[in-house]
Amino acid sequence: MNTSVASTSLEEIRAGLGWRKQLDKLFALLGLLVLFACLGILLMLFLDLVRDGASRFGWDFVSSFPSRKAENAGILSAAVGTALIMLVTAVVALPLGVAAAIYLEEYAPKNWFTAIIEINVTNLAGVPSIIYGLLALGLFVYQFKMGQSVQTAGLTLALLILPIVIVATREALRAVPKAIREAAYGLGATRWEVTKDHVLPYSTGGILTGLILGLSRAIGETAPIITIGALAFIAFLPPSPISGEFPFLSTEWLRSEFTAMPIQMFNWISRPDQAFQANAAAAGAILLGMTLFMNAIAIYIRYQFRKKINW
Amino acid sequence: MSGSRAEVSQGVAAQGAFASLKYRKNRDRVVELVLLLAGLVAVFTTIAIVFILVYESAAFFETVTIKEFLTDTLWSPLFDDAHYGIMPLVSGTLTTTFVGLLVAIPLGTIVAIYLSEFAGHRLRETVKPILELIAAVPTVVFGYFALLVVSPFLRGFMPELPGFNMLSAGLVIGLMIVPYIASVAEDAMRSVPRYMREGSYAMGATKLQTALRVVVPGALSGIAAAYILGISRAVGETMVVAIAAGMQPQLTFNPTEPAATITAFIVQVSLGDLPHGSIGYQSIFAAGLVLMIMTLVFNLIGFYLTRKFREAY
Repeated sequence: MNTSVASTSLEEIRAGLGWRKQLDKLFALLGLLVLFACLGILLMLFLDLVRDGASRFGWDFVSSFPSRKAENAGILSAAVGTALIMLVTAVVALPLGVAAAIYLEEYAPKNWFTAIIEINVTNLAGVPSIIYGLLALGLFVYQFKMGQSVQTAGLTLALLILPIVIVATREALRAVPKAIREAAYGLGATRWEVTKDHVLPYSTGGILTGLILGLSRAIGETAPIITIGALAFIAFLPPSPISGEFPFLSTEWLRSEFTAMPIQMFNWISRPDQAFQANAAAAGAILLGMTLFMNAIAIYIRYQFRKKINW
Repeated sequence: MSGSRAEVSQGVAAQGAFASLKYRKNRDRVVELVLLLAGLVAVFTTIAIVFILVYESAAFFETVTIKEFLTDTLWSPLFDDAHYGIMPLVSGTLTTTFVGLLVAIPLGTIVAIYLSEFAGHRLRETVKPILELIAAVPTVVFGYFALLVVSPFLRGFMPELPGFNMLSAGLVIGLMIVPYIASVAEDAMRSVPRYMREGSYAMGATKLQTALRVVVPGALSGIAAAYILGISRAVGETMVVAIAAGMQPQLTFNPTEPAATITAFIVQVSLGDLPHGSIGYQSIFAAGLVLMIMTLVFNLIGFYLTRKFREAY
């Protein structure tokens, strides 16, 4: 009798096991399905974007100013604006972010003060981007009188990507083995010499990757630069940074009004006229292409540096 | 003679080394100060954000009572008949967020469990970078999808749906944050130690049972963090709703209606040319303050949850 009880429960277990294994397969199928459904839908949307904009691709589109006629309109001022803003963003975010990361990783003592800085960096990464726009509008535009200009936009986006650069740099610094630092200290190097001559060169790849990923985020940010007052209709280019007279470099472009790629796209989307939607799609496809290109570069750099370094 | 010269030069070299050591140590202190200042930029940014939002909102609340702000059911600060009830914007924000999460949390969790527990190494290593790539797509592009692809598609079988509606905006927001949630939750599940899974397998559990009863509970704090990240993204999402959800503030939780969110309102005002110091100008800071508080509350809840569910291995 005892054996029969044992055998039925064993059979039950076996039957249950079969069922549970079926469930396993079912879930694996579901997971695969959901994954490819999500990726598939996104891919379809991207292809749709490229197809809608296909009619507008060409030199005319890149070399024309915005226009009231959809077929004459182009992205010249937007592309130049985006390039200049990215320049300012990179020039501000790189040194600030790297310096902050070096401080936190190599110098900072473990105390409440350092904890406050770290919590701030983490929190800033979670602040909605439009809040940065309000900060820039209230502080840079009206308190510091920097105007609704390229420099304000660049500075705003630099603050926005600062956490990304800091986190990436810290990871890169952390990946450098302690032995390298200790060897340099052993030869009498000061902390800064250790950092600048040994740790930083090894982490260049990680830092560049972080910067490019940050810029690829900044290039598509629309909300903060709408908030500081980017204009959608700009039919002129900012003054050239290189001038014919001494000292050959001009900073006039920093104070120029501007538009940018995502702003231009937003403006075209929100027009009721259907003809502008093709323009929006084309601008979107180019913007998407830029973002993906920058990410590809970042991945490539990371790969190259990883290959070169053997601890 | 040559010996003494060598001695002299050695002495000079040593002296030089000492002088330079002092110089180098001083330089180190200066450098440290500069680096510290860079680190403090993060703190200053936070202070500046809070200061600007509170400062401009304070001016706003000189005109508008807090009671009116919280209880009035109309938001029309730019009209002659101005009303200053924030609730219509809050309802829009909550509705689009809710629709987005309804999509993103189940799908993101399933993808995370699948990638972490079921998928082969190669598939995972291929998909993870793709997820990160998707997370980098500009949101204005997603706005285009919401208004010009998803909304017309939905109208195909819901003819009464208006062109601008919170449903398509919310769905696209959901699709947009699936990769976020999947990626962060997957990281959390991966960090559950292997021996916990092996213990479960040894007890006769299948993969799915192990995933649901061992890995997910073990990674719950990380998964909660992933959800909170998703909620913050959805609440602060601007371009998708500004493009696709409509611009009229409306106190409704019905996703098939058009309604403005907090972020959409800020964009709408910024597109116009409002004089500095006017009530309309101040109103976007008051709206921003509410958005900031909402994000903060969600983050605090997340912080509490991650603490509560933290498992020590």
